Amino acid sequence: MRYEAPQDVEAAVRILAAEQGAYVLAGGTDLLVKLRSEMVEPDVIVDIKRIAGMKAVMPEAGGWRIGAAVSGAEMGEHAGLVAAWPGVVEAAGLIGSTQVQGRATLAGNLCNASPAADSVPAIVAAEAVVRVVGPKGTRDVAVIDIPKSPGKTSLGAGEFIASVFLPARGARSGDAYLRFIPRTEMDIAVVGCGISLSLDAAGKVAAARVALGAVGPKVMLVDAAAEAIVGRALDEAALADLAAVCSKAATPIDDKRGTVDFRRHVAGVLARRAAVIAEARAKGEKA
Amino acid sequence: MSRIHVTTTINGDETEFLCDAEATLLDVLRDELGLTGTKEGCGTGDCGACSVTVDGRLVCSCLMLGAEAEGREIATIEGMAAGEVLHPLQQKFIEMAALQCGICTPGILVAAKSLLERNMDPSEEEVRYWLAGNLCRCTGYDKIIRAVMETAADMRRAS
Repeated sequence: MRYEAPQDVEAAVRILAAEQGAYVLAGGTDLLVKLRSEMVEPDVIVDIKRIAGMKAVMPEAGGWRIGAAVSGAEMGEHAGLVAAWPGVVEAAGLIGSTQVQGRATLAGNLCNASPAADSVPAIVAAEAVVRVVGPKGTRDVAVIDIPKSPGKTSLGAGEFIASVFLPARGARSGDAYLRFIPRTEMDIAVVGCGISLSLDAAGKVAAARVALGAVGPKVMLVDAAAEAIVGRALDEAALADLAAVCSKAATPIDDKRGTVDFRRHVAGVLARRAAVIAEARAKGEKA
Repeated sequence: MSRIHVTTTINGDETEFLCDAEATLLDVLRDELGLTGTKEGCGTGDCGACSVTVDGRLVCSCLMLGAEAEGREIATIEGMAAGEVLHPLQQKFIEMAALQCGICTPGILVAAKSLLERNMDPSEEEVRYWLAGNLCRCTGYDKIIRAVMETAADMRRAS
């Protein structure tokens, strides 16, 4: 195995495109585990952290562009990002321990393509767009289109994600992510739910995106959940409808971490609770 | 396959080493450099026994390649005491018997030092969350948490 640390995107793409057994290294919290357990046997590891911009969080068109190698800890320390997208930052911050937070990245969490990835429902709800670089140039792709199935992404040969873009959003907007785990820390989501919403001047929901994790082979954007609350105040009836739609939309499996019935129920409960937090944030209340 | 030449700083000293591409920073610290204070527990980033800081950031050295250390500043447990003078955390862990078998202790000390550098006055909850990735198989968590809290209180009084 070789280790390469190219200085620019072009050089990284050249190596990745030329060699089938080339793997991208950013935070390494998934790749190193797979490497050591011989789940992968790379011919070359391409460390992208020496490429300009990969460790940067930059304002862009009213939103934020997050380099592919920015860690969860760095996101949590970025005041502008925390203010704009608290739900995304808290979702990324739930991944692993303090030590893992020092390295683990949004782009890596997405490319690992676990259905239970914590940050993914949050960035799907945020309508984030990733910048994919590769031998055929650069393309921008909606986050929802990156994971295909457990462990599989839509990225082509030689492609990698260079950054994640969180778009601008209007006033009276907020987001939140909640997950259920049977302990308080260091666990994999049994169910996760990310919600981003905007309120109109009267306090009714003007727009919403609701995403569920760990209840299907990939993250799920639940349009019916958004439709259930748009145009309404988030009163008890609206929240009950939101929960019912999310429970119905979930298509989980039974496994050691939860049953189908339990996961369906929890999907509704988390959606309701996340909506309340996102609404409070949209109103400028602390939540 | 030729080995990779890496120049880095470890505990303030410029250090050079050769490593294979597969070698983790933990492998390099222990097997190439003889810095065996950093322990291997799980090897998968779950237990925190291999905690070090890289450019001031707490990480698991088992989840980082040695080659990635080029140009970085690494701090390990060996750099924690100033010569014969123990760091206040080390002193307090002895006084309060906050260790049993000791395998997790270097990682916990490095992690706790990193916390106190960021937050001189952590709540018990903050200490417990910060150290959630440091497992103690002797399960002596209570004394560990209390020792970190007491050290923080001492350091606040001294500053």
